[in-house]
Amino acid sequence: MLQQSDQAVQFLQPDGSLSDQGRPVWESLSSEMKRKFYEGMVLARTMDRRSVILQRQGQIGTYAPLEGQEAAQVGSALALAKEDWIFPSYRDHGAAMIAGMPLDRILFYWMGRVEGNIAPKGVRILPPCVPIATQLPQAVGTAWAAKWRGESSVAVAYFGDGATSEGDFHEALNFAGVFRLPCIFFCQNNHYAISVPFSRQSATATVAEKARAYNLPGVRVDGNDVVAVYDVMRKALNRARRGEGATLIEAVTYRKGSHTTADDAKRYRNRDEVKEWERRDPLQRLEKRFLIDGTLTRGQVETCHRRCREEVDKAWKKASQAKKAPPTHLFAHVYQSLPAELKRQRAQVEGEAHG
Amino acid sequence: MAELTMIQAICDGLATALRQDKRVVVLGEDVGKNGGVFRATEGLWQEFGDERVIDTPLAEASIVGAAIGMAINGMRPVAEIQFMGFIYPAFEQIVSHAARLRTRTQGQYSASIVVRAPYGGGIRAPELHSDSTESLFVHIPGLKVVVPSTPADAKGMLLAAIRDPDPVIYLEPMKLYRSTRQQVRQEAYVIPLGQARQVREGEALTVLAWGAMVPLVEQAAERWAQRGVSWDVLDLRSLYPLDEEAILSSVRKTGRVLIVHEAPKTGGLGAELTALINEHAFLWLEAPITRVTGYDVPVPMFALEDDFRPNQERIDRAVEKVLAF
Ligand SMILES: Cc1ncc(C[n+]2csc(CCOP(=O)(O)OP(=O)(O)O)c2C)c(N)n1
Repeated sequence: MLQQSDQAVQFLQPDGSLSDQGRPVWESLSSEMKRKFYEGMVLARTMDRRSVILQRQGQIGTYAPLEGQEAAQVGSALALAKEDWIFPSYRDHGAAMIAGMPLDRILFYWMGRVEGNIAPKGVRILPPCVPIATQLPQAVGTAWAAKWRGESSVAVAYFGDGATSEGDFHEALNFAGVFRLPCIFFCQNNHYAISVPFSRQSATATVAEKARAYNLPGVRVDGNDVVAVYDVMRKALNRARRGEGATLIEAVTYRKGSHTTADDAKRYRNRDEVKEWERRDPLQRLEKRFLIDGTLTRGQVETCHRRCREEVDKAWKKASQAKKAPPTHLFAHVYQSLPAELKRQRAQVEGEAHG
Repeated sequence: MAELTMIQAICDGLATALRQDKRVVVLGEDVGKNGGVFRATEGLWQEFGDERVIDTPLAEASIVGAAIGMAINGMRPVAEIQFMGFIYPAFEQIVSHAARLRTRTQGQYSASIVVRAPYGGGIRAPELHSDSTESLFVHIPGLKVVVPSTPADAKGMLLAAIRDPDPVIYLEPMKLYRSTRQQVRQEAYVIPLGQARQVREGEALTVLAWGAMVPLVEQAAERWAQRGVSWDVLDLRSLYPLDEEAILSSVRKTGRVLIVHEAPKTGGLGAELTALINEHAFLWLEAPITRVTGYDVPVPMFALEDDFRPNQERIDRAVEKVLAF
């Protein structure tokens, strides 16, 4: 059962120990699943750190780092079924890669290439949404269509705490409540919208409590606890599939770095706060757990890190060697068939390209 | 006088206005403690405090709607929209309210606000950050739309916009934020809205441009001048209202017109300028008015950005055509 909870659900504590509530959940998970949590988070972090370096080297454009938010993204995405829909924002490539977005496409996106928007066939991931909160009403519509078509798919919108200030957030939750739609609003409350702290974003103490106004369950979960995130997400998905409607999940987390590579978080965050969240790091927490209960040996941990590095290397090699699209690509897919004026413009570009 | 970049000149303009006029407030996302994502409000929060330099929640409709409300009650708000691509949630407030408040209340109230927004491409920004949708606003009666292209203009036009009794959409070409420095006067000074700036004088051709296209056109004009072909170059600065006199008198002198803008061609401001010239200076024309613009496609992600934006080659080809006609 999913109950409104203002207290964040937490199973795995920062020191690697389990809460009373968490122990049975942890014990019910297969070791394969536990490994997936870990591998997914290591891959997300490896990819993220590499992307920051690539940006510094001028190989890719402005980049939005996700370090610190791996548990929220990986835990939630691992709970999804293949037929579920994902409406991500620009910081959710950790979730996207778990849901089947190839790493080279994610790199393409940050290289400013439209190919990075396209998920492989059968993977229902929409392009990263840049205008804040605008993906939420769309997720509602897709969920609505699924309900109408009798599908069991659920639409999940990923967004940040800043997004909860936009009208689109409120309108989407309202629709989802009124029409009882199979939709999940997954908010990563990383405490800042660029420089603006949550206390300046919202007069309520939590995001989760806003769900009440729309008659939805709102659940607050420790977003750095992959086990709790996975479990809460699974329950919300089941609820949606049973036809009981939408859920708002607030995963309480922290972005460890700056908003993007063009931002400097030191201007608006103090060191103590950053250090405190370092202590709550999602990945270290799981590693500690593993060392306690032996799910993974040190050797296996190292192998995992090495494999992730290799995978990212391979993706970068592929992305960086891919040929640039020709200028005429500007006109591809603007319309199904080109209007006359656009044909003229295209011909002009072609003429110029040929000298 | 100080040597300032455009972004510093804007900041200086805001500080000057805040110092001069108690009714002025600055509001928007990240404008306070962080000093704005481009540093347009650097240091203002420290100098003027939280009540006059306001970090708002992430909500454009409320930023502009609240600004309108403040103006109704006697204040002079300057709202920052972080990028023009994110102005659309506020579009309703701008179009349905700011633009027509004066008319609807028959002069009883007016939305004396400034909405600042960085716009345009050329800096390898992420998706949706590089659009030039100025003509959406130019099309709305009741709004003024202006674009500076130099640091000195940026300050003087901003101060004029803040003093203006009507709503002004003040668009800032991101590409020019830090591209050059210029002497900018320390005191408050005003560059009246509605006046174009004569960038170069010449005989063979009139070139109309604004924002980030101005330096591009200046470069081209310089090259052509070396070949003995001189251009009249006008930086429009004010897209609405247009400086009709400056445009038409130049056209009457040269008889040939090139318009350069980075927005898509169809429905772009170039079309309006063409119609204006046809209506008032048709008999002086010696060649069809020609446009070099972005294409009618969504502004691409940055890997193809250079293929989308007007460049020297495209300008040269168009100029050859206009001169040879
Ligand atoms: C409608 C809109 N306004 C402004 C922006 C500029 N902007 C990009 S990210 C951001 C902060 C978003 O914060 P939050 O929703 O908490 O997500 P986070 O970046 O923390 O993941 C802002 C203001 C935008 N992308 N869209």
